[in-house]
Amino acid sequence: MSAMWVGSPSEVLMRVATKAAGRKRSAVRRRMTLIIGLVMLGIAILAVLLAPVLVSQSPTTIDVLHPLASPGTGGHLLGTDQYGRDLLARILYGGRIDLAIAFGATSVTLVGGTMIGLVAGYLGGKIDSFLMRIVDLFFAFPFLVLIIAIIAMLGPSIFNMFLAIWITSWVSYARIMRAQTVTARKQQYVLAARALGYSNIRVMFRHILPNTASAVIIFSMVDAVGNIILAASLGFLGLGAQPPTPEWGAMISDGQNYILTSWWLATIPGLAVVFVGVAFSLIGDGLADLLRAGER
Amino acid sequence: MSRFGTLPRRLVHLLIVMFGITLVSFFLLRLIPGDPALAILGSSYTHTRAVAIDNFLGLNRPIWVQYGQYMGRLFRGNMGFSFFYDESATTVIGQHLGPTVFLVIYSAVLAAVISFPIGFYAGLRTSGILDQTTRVFFTLSFAMPAFWLGIILLLIFSVHLHVFPLNGFGSGLIGHLYYLFLPALTIALGFSTVLVRSLRAATIATLQAEFIDTARMKGIKWSQVLWRHVFRNAVLAVIAVYGVNLAYLISGTVLVENVFSLPGLGSLLVSSVADRDYPVVQGVTLLFAVLIVLINLLTDITQSALDPRVGQEIGT
Repeated sequence: MSAMWVGSPSEVLMRVATKAAGRKRSAVRRRMTLIIGLVMLGIAILAVLLAPVLVSQSPTTIDVLHPLASPGTGGHLLGTDQYGRDLLARILYGGRIDLAIAFGATSVTLVGGTMIGLVAGYLGGKIDSFLMRIVDLFFAFPFLVLIIAIIAMLGPSIFNMFLAIWITSWVSYARIMRAQTVTARKQQYVLAARALGYSNIRVMFRHILPNTASAVIIFSMVDAVGNIILAASLGFLGLGAQPPTPEWGAMISDGQNYILTSWWLATIPGLAVVFVGVAFSLIGDGLADLLRAGER
Repeated sequence: MSRFGTLPRRLVHLLIVMFGITLVSFFLLRLIPGDPALAILGSSYTHTRAVAIDNFLGLNRPIWVQYGQYMGRLFRGNMGFSFFYDESATTVIGQHLGPTVFLVIYSAVLAAVISFPIGFYAGLRTSGILDQTTRVFFTLSFAMPAFWLGIILLLIFSVHLHVFPLNGFGSGLIGHLYYLFLPALTIALGFSTVLVRSLRAATIATLQAEFIDTARMKGIKWSQVLWRHVFRNAVLAVIAVYGVNLAYLISGTVLVENVFSLPGLGSLLVSSVADRDYPVVQGVTLLFAVLIVLINLLTDITQSALDPRVGQEIGT
């Protein structure tokens, strides 16, 4: 093992040189990362929206004669579930809920949390410490448990799932944005804008926000992955979409009852979750590299 | 600065957070739309029962009096009465605590066993095969729901290979370790990717530190340098990550317990939602939050005990 670290000076130089070359290559590769991620997400969105065109079967039509058909048999590309419902149709229609959560929950908390963080960081003082204590408080709870508890009180439904995520998930954005704003407030361009007598609102939204937004935008992609998984998790626990509405997590939960005979029921909806999740993380990685390169 | 570093201040902070946690868990019950008594009783609603519940929750008194009553009960270890189990919520929660604590510790240890060698090695040999593999696995596992991973492991190891049981908690220490292996592995795999990445980064950073050059110049054998200087310092840097993520790992147990039908707090939480057993939901939420706060405190203490630099310079 020692040989690979104790090297002659030329070897060390070689290492540095290959590292630099690697970095250049990775800049191109990173842009590819973003493109691949966007293409994957685009495929998922199109498939979900065009579900009625892509599959002729309805996701809720029960076919008692062909339950648990294996993939590829009887005109069912991905097989059927315990009620003979077409799995492909259920995945395509079910994805609507999961993608709606990924976009709907993420965008609202992104905007809300960013605003709160911006105001707290810019104004400082009592408002800032009050808001940040609330943020600390939310971080003391395990997110999933807090969301389950809120849904428990409100009653399980898709809308209450949105509501629970909205109530809890803005805190990460607020924390990130506040840190960014506190740093920005001391910088020349903000001081200049304030010296020109611009209003607080204008300084916050026209000067600080455009210069600091990249951090929360990158985080929102990570958060979108989290929300997709969260939506599936809540569906799995029976706290999101209620039957017979198809949803990926709920489908995995149903499929688990049949893992001894029909492996595809639980496996394939999970692959759909992973596909969309990977798409969002690739976009996040690509954006991170693009936006950070722009800052340099 | 005392030798305890910022510990006293942290304890004060802890008390404030604890106060906030009770406040949140208290207000949880107020989220129930409409008449809580009606929601709790459902079809078994009678006027007398409704009045009894209103009295128990103190709904007819001012809100601060209600909170005072709630806190008074909490200090006596009373988390309310489970409507479903016909027992005190504290008893019900106590009965389900064991499997969850066992699972959390088991998966935390398993994650360390899996990720420390891999992360350290990946850091020593960046862009080696192992490093590339962990990178791909990291991207995948990040987008992989823990409960689904659990089902896949069940499919492979229980349904096809018949190596592990499908569900159950087992009996005795060996039984628990055997029955809980797949659930713990499920959680540990998700957890270890984070650990591998941070240990890798920490190893790379430590290798560039000046004290490593010093150690090498002293003529210490390289394997000794690796073990006594690089590994130790890298692991030290990872402890904070370990503690923070241990808290997230608790969320994972909720899902994994439901996949493997383990009689723990996560299963209790979800079944209580279905049974509309609000006091139990409230109690479990409170307990989980307290657990996380304690884990964070423990991480801080461990860190300052192992590394005297920690807590000396941090002002806030």
